[in-house]
This record gives sequence, C-alpha cells and structure tokens, in this order.
Amino acid sequence: MVYRKQVKIKGQLYWYLFHTFRDKDKFIKKAKYIGRNLPSNINQIEKEFLKEVKFGKITKLMVSKEDKLVESLHPLERRVIPYLGLDVKDIVKKAELSEVEILRALQWLENKEVVTLKKESKEIIRLLKNGEEYKKRGLPETKFLKVLDKPRTMKWMMEKSGLDKDELHFSLGLLKKKGLIELGSEIKRLKKENFKDIEEFLKSLPKNFEDLNDKEKKIMEELKQRKEIIEVDLKKGVEVSVTPLGKELMKKNLDVNLIENLTPNLLAKGSWKSKKFRRYDVSLNVPKIYPGKRHFVNQAVDYAKRIWMDMGFEEMDGQIINTSFWNFDALFQPQDHPARDMQDSIFLDKKEEIKEKEMMKKVKEMHETGGKISKGWQYDWDEEKAKKLVMRTHTTVLSAQTLAKLKEKRGKFFAIGRNFRNEAVDWSHGFEFNQTEGIVVDPDANFRHLLGYLKEFIKKMGFPKARFRPAYFPYTEPSIEIDVFHPTRKTWIELGGAGIFRPEMVVPLLGENVPVLAWGLGLGRIIMDYYDIHDIRELYKNDIKQLREMKTWLR
Amino acid sequence: MPTVNLNKTEFEDLVGKKLPLEELKDRISMLGTDLEKIEGNEIEVEIFPNRPDMLSEQGFARAFSSFIGVKGGLRKYNVRKSNYEVKIEKSVKGIRPETACAVVKNLKLDDDKIKSIIQIQEKLHVSYGRNRKKVAIGIYPLEKIKFPIRYLAEDPKRIEFKPLEMTTVLNGKEILEKHPVGRDYKHLLEKEDKFPIFRDANESILSMPPIINSDDVGKVSADTKEVFVECSGFDYETLSKCLNFIVTALNDIGGEIYEVKVDGKESPDLTPEEMKFDLGYCNKILGLELKENEVKGLLEKMGYDYVKGKVLIPAYRADILHQIDLVEDIAIAYGYENFKEEIPNVSTVAKESERRKLNRKISEVLMGLGLLECNSFSLSNEDNLNKKMQITTKLMKVESPVNQDYNTLRDRILPNLMEILSENKRYEYPHNLFEIGKIFEGVKDKDSLGVVITGNFTELKQVLDVLFRSLNLEYMVEETEHRSFISGRCGRISAKGKDLGVIGELSPDVLENWGLEIAFSGLELDIERLFDIIRT
Repeated sequence: MVYRKQVKIKGQLYWYLFHTFRDKDKFIKKAKYIGRNLPSNINQIEKEFLKEVKFGKITKLMVSKEDKLVESLHPLERRVIPYLGLDVKDIVKKAELSEVEILRALQWLENKEVVTLKKESKEIIRLLKNGEEYKKRGLPETKFLKVLDKPRTMKWMMEKSGLDKDELHFSLGLLKKKGLIELGSEIKRLKKENFKDIEEFLKSLPKNFEDLNDKEKKIMEELKQRKEIIEVDLKKGVEVSVTPLGKELMKKNLDVNLIENLTPNLLAKGSWKSKKFRRYDVSLNVPKIYPGKRHFVNQAVDYAKRIWMDMGFEEMDGQIINTSFWNFDALFQPQDHPARDMQDSIFLDKKEEIKEKEMMKKVKEMHETGGKISKGWQYDWDEEKAKKLVMRTHTTVLSAQTLAKLKEKRGKFFAIGRNFRNEAVDWSHGFEFNQTEGIVVDPDANFRHLLGYLKEFIKKMGFPKARFRPAYFPYTEPSIEIDVFHPTRKTWIELGGAGIFRPEMVVPLLGENVPVLAWGLGLGRIIMDYYDIHDIRELYKNDIKQLREMKTWLR
Repeated sequence: MPTVNLNKTEFEDLVGKKLPLEELKDRISMLGTDLEKIEGNEIEVEIFPNRPDMLSEQGFARAFSSFIGVKGGLRKYNVRKSNYEVKIEKSVKGIRPETACAVVKNLKLDDDKIKSIIQIQEKLHVSYGRNRKKVAIGIYPLEKIKFPIRYLAEDPKRIEFKPLEMTTVLNGKEILEKHPVGRDYKHLLEKEDKFPIFRDANESILSMPPIINSDDVGKVSADTKEVFVECSGFDYETLSKCLNFIVTALNDIGGEIYEVKVDGKESPDLTPEEMKFDLGYCNKILGLELKENEVKGLLEKMGYDYVKGKVLIPAYRADILHQIDLVEDIAIAYGYENFKEEIPNVSTVAKESERRKLNRKISEVLMGLGLLECNSFSLSNEDNLNKKMQITTKLMKVESPVNQDYNTLRDRILPNLMEILSENKRYEYPHNLFEIGKIFEGVKDKDSLGVVITGNFTELKQVLDVLFRSLNLEYMVEETEHRSFISGRCGRISAKGKDLGVIGELSPDVLENWGLEIAFSGLELDIERLFDIIRT
C-alpha cells in the first residue's frame, strides 16, 4: 500500500511517498520525493509510483530459476535442448551442428545441471578392406580347401583356385601350420576342418569388444595379425541423461529473442531497449591468455632499486670487464690473494694499460708499504698483474670507480649488476650472479649507520629479522656478514658482506680518509625464496611456461 | 676457506671454561669465525684468512678464552736464551732465501697433540703459506739433530735422503718424481738448478723445503720432548709471523720456547708490537661513546693490552695493519649484536642511471605489446653465437673457463633468444620474446635489445615501429643481406644516419639449426647507440 508522509529535513517539512513490501524474508521500503506541497495530481503520481515499484528493478528479483536459466542459454545450448534424450549422432543430424559443438553445449548444460553426462569409451571391432571382402565372399583358406578336392600340384592350384598369389601363399602357410595339409610334389589334405567360426565372427562385426566370448577373442587376436582384416577402434562417447530441471526446461519456449552481442547496430537503433540480454555464467573458467611480462628476476631487481632510490641513493653504472687493478688492487686486495687465481675468477687473455697513473702509484705504495698510514701488505707490487683483464667478481669495482671520480667527498650510491666467478654450474652455484652494491661516503658516517641502512633494505626485501656477524674482507674493516632469519624455514640465510672501506683503499682513491660504508648483497637467494625456486639455474632458464605463470613480485 | 678441527674436551681444557652448546655456537659466530659444525666431541670452525693464528686448536682456544672473559689481556711468551745457531748460505739466496727458526722444549706429546701439531702445519701451509709457496714449515725432533744447522742449496742429484713415508733413499730429482708430496709441489722447485736443504752438523739432511722432511731425523713422535721448528720462504717478516703462530701454540700446551740465532738474528721475536690508539677515531667510526677504561676492557677481551693511548699487540697477530683493525676488534668485543642501528637523518637526492632508465622504458613498451621478457647469461659459446646463426664473427673467449658451454662473451642477444625458443617448443605459441642485456664488443660491454616473435617481417616491423614512435624518433629500415635472415626479408635499422641493428625473418637454415619447425622473425638493436642518439 502506498502512503504519504511528511519528513523533516533541516527544519523544513517535505512530502514523500512510501511503499513497503515483502520479498521472501526481507521487507523492502521504497520512497519517492514529492516536494514541500502536495501537487493536485497526487493520485496519478501515486499510481505511477506503484507501477514503478512493481515493474521496476524489484520485479526482476522474482524471476524463476528456470526463466533465468532460459535467459542464460548460449545459442548452441538452445539448439541442442529440444533434442536432449537422443544420441549425440542423432542430435548432429537434427540440430545441424557439428559433434564438437554439441559436445561443448552438453558440457555447458551439465554445468547448469540440465543434463548429467557419463563419459564412456568403447572398443569396437570393425572390418577393414580385406575383412569386408572376406565377409562377403569367404576366407581365402576356405576357398583353398574347397578346390582341393584331391591332392593337387601347386601349379594346378595357382591356375584353378581363383586366389591371387599372395592369398595362395598365405593359405598354404596357414593350413600347413595348422596341420590341415601336407606339402610334397602335390598338396594333400590331411584333416577335414573348416573355418566357419571365423567367417561367422566376421559376419557379426562391427561388435563391442566387451561382448566377445573367449573363443571370439581368440579369433580376433588371430585376425588382428593378418593384413587389413579387422581393427579395434577406441570410440569415446557420452551418455546423456536429462535431469528434472532439464525436463522442465524442455517444456519452455526457448525461442526468446535474446541479445548475444551488443552490436553497433543495436546501439544505434536503440532496439536493445525492448530486448533482453543473454545471461552469462560469470563463474565459468575462461581460456588462459598470456600477458607480456617483466622477467621475474628483473621484477625483484626493480624493487630493490626502488628501495635504494627511496633512501636517496644514486645509481652507479660501469663496465663488466675491468683491469685487475680496478677489480682487486684498488680494493687493497693483495696480488697473491686466492681470488686472483685462474680457477676462481674469469680472466681474459688480454692486458690493458692502467690509465690512472697517479692513482696507480698511490695504490702500489699502499700495497707495498702502507703509505704513511698503514703497514701495507709488504711485498713488491707488480703492475703487469694489475693490467690483466677480468670479468668483475663483485660490483665493488663500481664503488671504487665512483670514489675515484668523486669531487665532493660525500654521497650515497648504489648499483645492481651481474658479477662473474669461474664456478661450475649446479643447483646451488652459478658463474653469473646478481649483486646489489651500495656505498655511503660521509665524513660523519659510522658503523651504526651501516647497520641501519642494511637493516632497512633487508626489512623491505621481506626479512624483518637480521643478524650481523663479524667477517673478513680484504677491503673492509670492520667487516660484517649479514644473515636473515627465514620465518618459515626457521634458519639463518647468508645474504652477503658489508663493512667500512679500509683507509688503505679509500685514501688512494678519494685522497683522504673519509668513512665509506659499503656492502655487496646477493639477491639470488632472496629471489629464489620469494618465487619458491630451489635450483639457481632456473633464474636464467627462461622456461616460457614458468615465465608466463610466475607470480608477480608483490613486495 | 680454511677450517680448524677442535676436540671439544681439549678445547674446553685450553679455554678453561665449559659453555652450554647454544652459547658456545653463538660465541664462536660472534668472535668472527664461522661455525661449520659441532658433532659429538668434534667442532669444526672456519677461520677467516686474516686470523691464521686461530688455525691451531691452541690459538683458537686462546682467542676464545679471552673473548668470553676467562683469561683476557696480553699473554706473555718468554723466549729463553740458547746457543742454537742456523746459518744461511749464499747458495740458497736466489732460490728460497729466508728462514725463521726456534726450538721448543719440555713438550709432553701424545697422539692427539701430534695430530693437532700436524693440523697447524697443514692449515698454515695451505692458507697463510699459499700452498707452501710463501711459507713452508718443518718440525724436527731435537735429539736427532746436531747444531749448528746450515740452510743451503745443492745440486738435487747430490741431495740424497730417505723422505718421510718412504723406505728407500732418493735424490732431490727423484723425490719430485716419485714421492706423492714431491709430485704435488714439484712446480715450486723444478725450475731451479739447486734445491734448498737443511743440513745439521753431522751432515745429515733434515729436509728439502718446501717439499719434505727426512724420515730419519725429521719425524716427530709421541716420545719427542723437544723440537726444532723452521719456516722457510722469501720474506723474513712473513716467516717470523708464521713461526710465532706455531711456537705460541706449542707454548700453550706446555712447551718452553728457546731462541735460535739465524745468521745472528734472534728468532723467534715474540715482543708485542705497540700501536698508537686514538679513542676519538674509534668512537667516530663505531658511532659509540666509549670511555678509555671501557676500551681497555674490550681490547683485553681480544687479547691486547692497553697502556696510556697505546695498544700492545700480541706477536702472533699478523693482521693489524692500521688502527682500524683495532677498532674492528673493539667492535667484536663490544658485540655486533649490541650496536643500535641508525639511519642518519640527512636528505640526499636519488638518481637513476639514465641508461638503465631507457632500458626500463623500452621494456615497458615491449611488455605493453604482449612480449615476454627473458634474462639469460652473458657468456655463451661459439656454436650458438656463430655456427647456428650461420655467421662467422670474431668472438672473444675467456681464459680457462670451468664451463665449456659458457666460454665466449656474447656479441648479440638474438642467439640466446633462439636458444630459448628451441628449448620451449612444447609450450603454446605464439612465443614473442625479448631481452635487454649486456653484449660485448671486444672486451667492452654495452646494452642491446633482442626480439623474436612467432610471425613475419611485417609483424615484427610493427613492433619496431611502435618502439620508435614511443621514443619519438624517426627511423629507417633498408634492405640488407645477413646470413641469419632470409634474403630480401632482412633490413638494416638506422636512425639519424647511425646504424642501430638488423631485423628480418630468420632463415630456414637457422631455424633448422635450432630445431625449430615454425617461422620466426627477429631483430637486434643497439641500445647504447640509441641512447646516444636520444641524448644528442
């Protein structure tokens, strides 16, 4: 029932129309604004309001399940439904659809609980070319025996039997094997026996394998060995049974004119207004498509980069192949250090002049005598060794080169890049690996800041719990080994090293002893952990399925 | 890295305290050593190369004992006077010129202790001694030797003695050929005309360093009470340090150290070294406000003494080059776990490398076109780079590669993409891939882009076209010949008159070489040069 009521809004009274009705177990209240005064045609407005409520959105809630189903039927389903209950073969004929289309429609109908499908596969024995022939005219061996009324020569048989050469030879072999004939100058029949069973079997084909008795199965096996007689066909079929809902549906008029595709024509003419859209089953799985995608390792690298940038770091860039001077000597790594052995690092059979002569002199002095600040390594530094080219073993090269170019003795820098080691490849080792490098050059920098930057980075990479242990690197002091705690595996994972560059390294490059916080962290383990990869080789394997389906880096 | 094996009972004896297992594990890690394993009575610890003094059970226990506060401060080691003499003769000068020597008496050895002495020797040989090249160590039972001893070099054919583990007398040359240790270290001597030896006053040969001792006079047993120790090599400082590692360890198990005059020089030298210490510097680096007495306590935990601005460094420490090394030890004693982390509140401006940025932008464009990004190694092999691509460019190989499949610097991305295609044939097509990565021109690396698509020339050129339009750059593709591509369907890409790369339909030969059964088009683009064009 519609009723009028005044409602107070901001101190003013306004007229409204209300209508309350029941939908299943809910009460629904509808309202319509009228104004400060009741117009004269208020009765007319009341009637229209009632109509709106009844035939508007609300009525749609009342559509029956079957009707809704009718609206959601795909054109293919629509064409198949009238013939439900028939064999698929017959539906093909009646509905004028291909078998594939019908099977697809049946599958959808099963999802809608209109039919239930029982998939069955049958082995059917059917005749091949020779089989058809023998079914009609008898087996060659029967013919052979028929003409062999008394011992005959081979030549006679050839002329009179009516069998071709192949058939003749075959029959001869078969009959001899079965002990029915004897070969000599003449062919002689030994036993009276015929092949009625086989011929009857042929006449009974095609037949289900299931329906064969033991004797028939034996015959079948024998015939299978022979040329072009029979074949066992695997026939996949479906048995369709119509559910009560399906039966209900078959009574309905399916010939409702529903919109399949919203065409420009429909839009232009506005004819869609008088029609209904076919309803889709929105819960249905869709065929997979594959997006263009960032390589999953690069996604992680991008993220790591973001973290450094967010903390105000500037990106460093540089060459992979450097002189040993930059990779080792400038880092105060003595020339007899084991990392400089052939078996540890990837060298090239080539030397390059060290262009920075002044700097080289200072580095040499630092190695030999420690300049005036240190004891140095106490050996004769060899320029030739420093000229040897090597694929960088750590991104620390970039840090050293950055220090050497730095005009103002201050700055925060990072790099993420590939490094190389002469290591055999297996599940946990690679010769090429990603490392993130960082330095903070600041006269006021200290050890606690180093731990602060590291902790922040590691936390953002997904490991809130980190541990710092004393370690050793030739170019840092104090040195740190960084472990992170793996929350599910409950173990510590080594991430890499860090420290404050030794004065022996900083002074020749920068000109004075300014604290330089530095780190080189492996990203491989974090990446492998995030993507649940257990073999390091997968990082660069480029398995297209893996690339397509790998989850997105969401940190 | 070298490890030291400890017998837990002996270790606890030496340390003077027994810790619960978890605490033991934790303390070993926080001392700056890496615990490998504890299994029953066996402890294995990795020692970083800066602490060779910890490569003996005794040395490690000594450091550990101070660290956990049982026995801190500088340990005193007396060197007793004696008349033992070693003379270095001229003949050894150009070969292995130096030696540092000592005598240790009053040893009570048993099988375990002998094992631990052998361990010191072996571990030092490998690490500090750089596989005997830098230092070789000999230890001999004193009772079989008559001083003075001569260190000299002789014609290997005249050096005749019975080496350890052998029953017959061999000459110097034969030892290098026939003795297993001789064969292992042959390279250290074989180029010399004369080989170094120690000969005692009885003319017995003690050893032929750095190879092997004599079985008659150079073999220590459980009955040995007194030993002669020598380290031979090239640099006296290094040898002297190495000798200190050994004699201090022997002293820790009850031995008494006696001096040996080496060419008049008193050896060993166990006087602690002094270093000036600047408390302000230490606090500045560590971000702490330690007081002098606190620093003193921390230094003592690491085996040092501190007296009025000076630190006394034990003679077995070889790694204190600069005050910063003391600062690190103070940090270790303070406990890395006790530092409060801090990010300084100073703002700096972040900057992305312009080149990396361009790479990222190009990736974004290509991903928008539905291409899948790949990531492969920068090392490849000639077969993939040249042969399968039907070309013969000059390639740069690396030296002594462990992996023969990855022995060449790649000079293009395309072969890597072809390899990916050939390995992924089982997956649904289309395979539209790209990679931006480093390639090499000689030994210089630069960024390059490779693209392959399941499609024809036009389809790939559309991709190229989108890319250049996104970059707001005009480009040209002119017909060219390239053996990787079908003749007449291959073009050279250029912009602003500069060559940038090649695009084309891959030749059926190339497809066949990679075992591909459908057609692909590919392109290679020099991003380094593209960057330069965009920037100018």
